[in-house]
Amino acid sequence: MADSGRAGTILEAVGLSKQFGALAAVNNVTLGFESGRVHAVIGPNGAGKTTFLNLLSGEMRPSAGNVRFKGQDITGAPPNRISRLGIGRSYQRTNIFLALTCLENCWIAAQSRLPSSMRFVRPAHRLTSVREQAERALATCGLAGRAGTVAAAMSYGEQRQLEIGMMLAARPQLLMLDEPLAGMGHDESLQVIDLLRRLAADHTLILIEHDMDAVFSIADRITVMVNGEVLETGSIEQIRGSPAVQEAYLGREDAE
Amino acid sequence: MTVLPRLVLLLLLIGLAALVVFPFFAERFYLQLVTKIMVTAILAISLDLLVGYAGMVSFGHAAFFGLAGYALAVLQRDFGLVLLWTTLPAVLAVCGVAALIVGWFSIRTSGIYFIMITLAFAQMLYYYFNDSRAFGGSDGMFIDTKPTIEIFGFELVSLRNRIAFYYVTLGALVASYLIVRMILLSPFGRVIAAIRINEPRARALGYATRNYKLACFVIAGMLAGLAGYLGAAQYGVINPAFLSWHQSGQALVVVILGGMGTLFGPVLGAFVLTLLEEFVSGLTERWLVVIGAFVIAVVLLLPGGIASLLVRLRFGRRMQPAP
Amino acid sequence: MDLSFLLIQSLNSIQYGFLLFLVASGLTLIFGIMGIINLAHGSFYMIGAYLAYWLNLKTGNLLLAIAIGLPLTIGLGLVVERLAIGFLYSRDHLYQVLLTYGLILILNEMQRILWGNDVHGVPVPDVLAASVPLTQTQSYPVYRFFISAACIAVAAAMYLVIHKTRLGMTIRAGAVNREMVQILGIDVGRLFAIVFSLGAALAAFSGMLSAPVNSVYPGMGEQILIISFVVVVIGGIGSILGAFVGAMLIGFVDTFGKVLVPEIAGIAVYALMAVVLLWRPQGLFGGRPA
Repeated sequence: MADSGRAGTILEAVGLSKQFGALAAVNNVTLGFESGRVHAVIGPNGAGKTTFLNLLSGEMRPSAGNVRFKGQDITGAPPNRISRLGIGRSYQRTNIFLALTCLENCWIAAQSRLPSSMRFVRPAHRLTSVREQAERALATCGLAGRAGTVAAAMSYGEQRQLEIGMMLAARPQLLMLDEPLAGMGHDESLQVIDLLRRLAADHTLILIEHDMDAVFSIADRITVMVNGEVLETGSIEQIRGSPAVQEAYLGREDAE
Repeated sequence: MTVLPRLVLLLLLIGLAALVVFPFFAERFYLQLVTKIMVTAILAISLDLLVGYAGMVSFGHAAFFGLAGYALAVLQRDFGLVLLWTTLPAVLAVCGVAALIVGWFSIRTSGIYFIMITLAFAQMLYYYFNDSRAFGGSDGMFIDTKPTIEIFGFELVSLRNRIAFYYVTLGALVASYLIVRMILLSPFGRVIAAIRINEPRARALGYATRNYKLACFVIAGMLAGLAGYLGAAQYGVINPAFLSWHQSGQALVVVILGGMGTLFGPVLGAFVLTLLEEFVSGLTERWLVVIGAFVIAVVLLLPGGIASLLVRLRFGRRMQPAP
Repeated sequence: MDLSFLLIQSLNSIQYGFLLFLVASGLTLIFGIMGIINLAHGSFYMIGAYLAYWLNLKTGNLLLAIAIGLPLTIGLGLVVERLAIGFLYSRDHLYQVLLTYGLILILNEMQRILWGNDVHGVPVPDVLAASVPLTQTQSYPVYRFFISAACIAVAAAMYLVIHKTRLGMTIRAGAVNREMVQILGIDVGRLFAIVFSLGAALAAFSGMLSAPVNSVYPGMGEQILIISFVVVVIGGIGSILGAFVGAMLIGFVDTFGKVLVPEIAGIAVYALMAVVLLWRPQGLFGGRPA
């Protein structure tokens, strides 16, 4: 299967659709994500961006179409299998283990990279490599000082950071971020944007985000989705200059 | 759970010491009563692993308890096996396989549906034994010979001896506690805890959560089997009542009363509830009213169980100003 | 298997199904609207049966006994709701299971204190003591038709109340979305008290009706409780229609199971439930996950 997938394409969706009753939340989307790039997916609310991400990460089964990761067909694979292939995911609504501490949250993510956690005898805390990995992820996401804090007791912004830390602790090659800046204050946003820029150096990023300044400052490529379909894909300049995008999306955004 | 409060640890060790020396002072009746309580405690520990740590509220846990008794009776009657070395592993294997089957179906559901489907399987087993002539119907089966431990034909320990039985049960209780504790501290235990808190997230992190839940269900089922093995051997009889839904409900009561998710709590719960029953039933014929009221009071006033009382005690003391 | 056998067993199935439906509909309403798993529901069935036995003994008229007994059970339902259940709203299912388990112990013991440990029979009222001939050799007791008719009447009344009245509208809304009803400013405490006592009365009523057919004995409440839960879970928790379909399914499976393959009759209904749950984990008519 050497010729499957163009050179540099790490993940691709081919004719991907998701039907909810009569509504096509995602409609026949064909899109490739290039390795090592930051690819932002933007579009108005209800455009199907999160559903699209759910199809890629295995949270939902597509009604039609295929998903390929490094040329391998992963359509309909369960999320645990997709995660193990090296795809990390963060969620629009904070999705962490609220009752656990920050370190424990990252720990469970780091431990997921063991060949199996069906290990019953040795205490988990003796797994130094897991601990180091978890601590490194905490440091990277800026929560090194909060290792022992229970997640539920932290501010919303910190929980969002932890969400990214958990994703990193599992050491994925490809990161899917669903609105990582949503609900964050200005300073927190700047920190996270900076973090994303650093991550972009050695990861592939798929980014859903409403903050246009952030998108334009870190994305290499942008896809605009409207009504479950891809309206346009291109560089920042192409998207900025596209009359269709202006009309369908940016125009309305400006009017708000 | 990872670290027990020092006061609790101290109390547990004192309790253990008391249990070790108990047979030197106890009358026969009380020796048997405490043996029975320790069997209940093993069952409660296994259920706590399931309910308190993995978040799977099983309302059919007594199924494995009773099944173990039937397995022991059949091994004895049809295969002539009496050695502990042969019967115990065989009984545990039977319970493990049964838990694998029941669990495989049950973990597909959650919440009240899980409660109900585990109940359904326990009821199926109940009626299976109740209606079958081969297993003695509602009268059940006798276990005539108590298991023995022999080496080269030389009998080391016979569970006919009440004191030997007591110590074997105590050993099984301590072993169960330590095994479950070990499991909870292991990488597996961390995954189980994560699944209880947020299963979809655990799956998205790469864990095949169903496999972990199933493994947990099987472990709990086998530990319940250990309790059932000892219980049936002690009574010398097994009947459908051992796996009735009352038994399952009673086991849940013990776990909650003691404090679920604490492991030592359910052990205390077994002692408190059984001793209370013993005490109240000596006072009045209408003791079930008292027990019922007690259960209700615990639910309303002490949702964290006895364990939370102990932990609160400890914090209460710490909060006091230094003299 | 001849036709009259089939007819008689079908009638039995339907009659049993209707009785189950009355008990199960109360159970499913209480869960759907109040979010309470009520293990003590079967105890009301038992209390109904014992009241029928006792009042029938005193008055000599079963129908009069039922007429007196129903308000009593409604009252008992109110008392239990105020004193115990009321503290359980929004608590975890586990605690509801436990508290109502404690209630069972108490109500069982109350039954023993009031009426003792004996098994009692209740005579069929004279008016309904006849039999309807089905074939030359076989006939069917009028009282069993009466049970079905009474159940149909109650079911119809329930349907009318639920679909045509304001209370019913609230109940329907509550079954679909509990929070919504609370937001709408409806007196939830009153609604819950009504639903709980009506549910209790439904269970008691079917206990009263079935007293002459089945005997009256200690522990009868638990047997019907477990089977009612099976009905509710098969139908989908909170769904009245589901409770009806589930009750009829169980009625047929249990009745025919007992006469055709008695060895596995005890297992059959639970196996049916397991199969349904595997096929549809939310039950046949269950919408939202519980």
